[in-house]
Amino acid sequence: MKVAVVQFPGSNCEMDTVRAVSRVLGVTPSLVWHKERISPQTDLVILPGGFSYGDYLRAGAIARFSPVMISVIEFARAGGLVLGICNGFQILLEAGLLPGAMLPNNCLKFVCKWVHLRTERSDLAFTRETKKIIRLPVAHGLGNYFIDQNGLAQLEANRQIVFRYCDEKGEATEEANPNGSVANIAGIVNEAGNVLGMMPHPERAVAEELGSTDGAEVFSSVASFLLTQKAS
Amino acid sequence: MFRAQIIVKLKPDVMDPQGQAILGAALHLGLAEAKRIRAGRHFEVILEASDETTARTKLRELCEKLLANPVIETYEITLEHIQEGSDNC
Repeated sequence: MKVAVVQFPGSNCEMDTVRAVSRVLGVTPSLVWHKERISPQTDLVILPGGFSYGDYLRAGAIARFSPVMISVIEFARAGGLVLGICNGFQILLEAGLLPGAMLPNNCLKFVCKWVHLRTERSDLAFTRETKKIIRLPVAHGLGNYFIDQNGLAQLEANRQIVFRYCDEKGEATEEANPNGSVANIAGIVNEAGNVLGMMPHPERAVAEELGSTDGAEVFSSVASFLLTQKAS
Repeated sequence: MFRAQIIVKLKPDVMDPQGQAILGAALHLGLAEAKRIRAGRHFEVILEASDETTARTKLRELCEKLLANPVIETYEITLEHIQEGSDNC
């Protein structure tokens, strides 16, 4: 299994992501500098968290023009698996690989805490091994997911909402929503199901010492999906 | 040569937490008359173009692909012709 973690100027979760994938899957991902290209043999591309280009203009707005994104977009359109975490999610939105946009958190504060998420689909490459309710950390100032009413209706109809902020019982309440996101959305997938963007950080929850191992299930899901693909 | 003033605003139905916070601060300042504040962004662009139509086409492309996010924002362009080599360039 070949995993590529893209490194933009201002990324700051890339090494955590490399270590998390190494720990969970036993393979060491390659770091791909934003001026390089994704190798076509790659199985999974991860756009990590951070503050690419200092969040200038809008989070992810400049990074989407990085040379590497041409190959990421080609890879995604060809059905390749792409996971955008936090700033990576923002870049996927700006690149048009996922619908919607991010606004500043409705509380206007940088939110850094543990949240519960409800997994809405278990038939995706990213979620086949994730539990119904998982616990992951969030750390963002611009995580208030926005999409208009028509867009939201489409997301619901196409089952593109993958994770919703919820309480520990799995209820997607207003109190459980850390940033004001429409419909408590924490993560969405494209229609084809191969591009996932999520604000919470699975790479920060892969060991008991970190407080949770729920994030490991996202990475192990992909590994298990690829195994069944290669077997068939 | 042209100078463009570009204002990028949030669409009316998009929540503006920043504008709300600024309104809160304005009220603390004692400006009880302030009823609503929406935050936006301003850009000044100096552009070389043969005529105004070409300049507007280029600027619209710049706005739609980079300066504004059409999902949440709208933009307005004000254009003026300026002399090449003038102090303004």
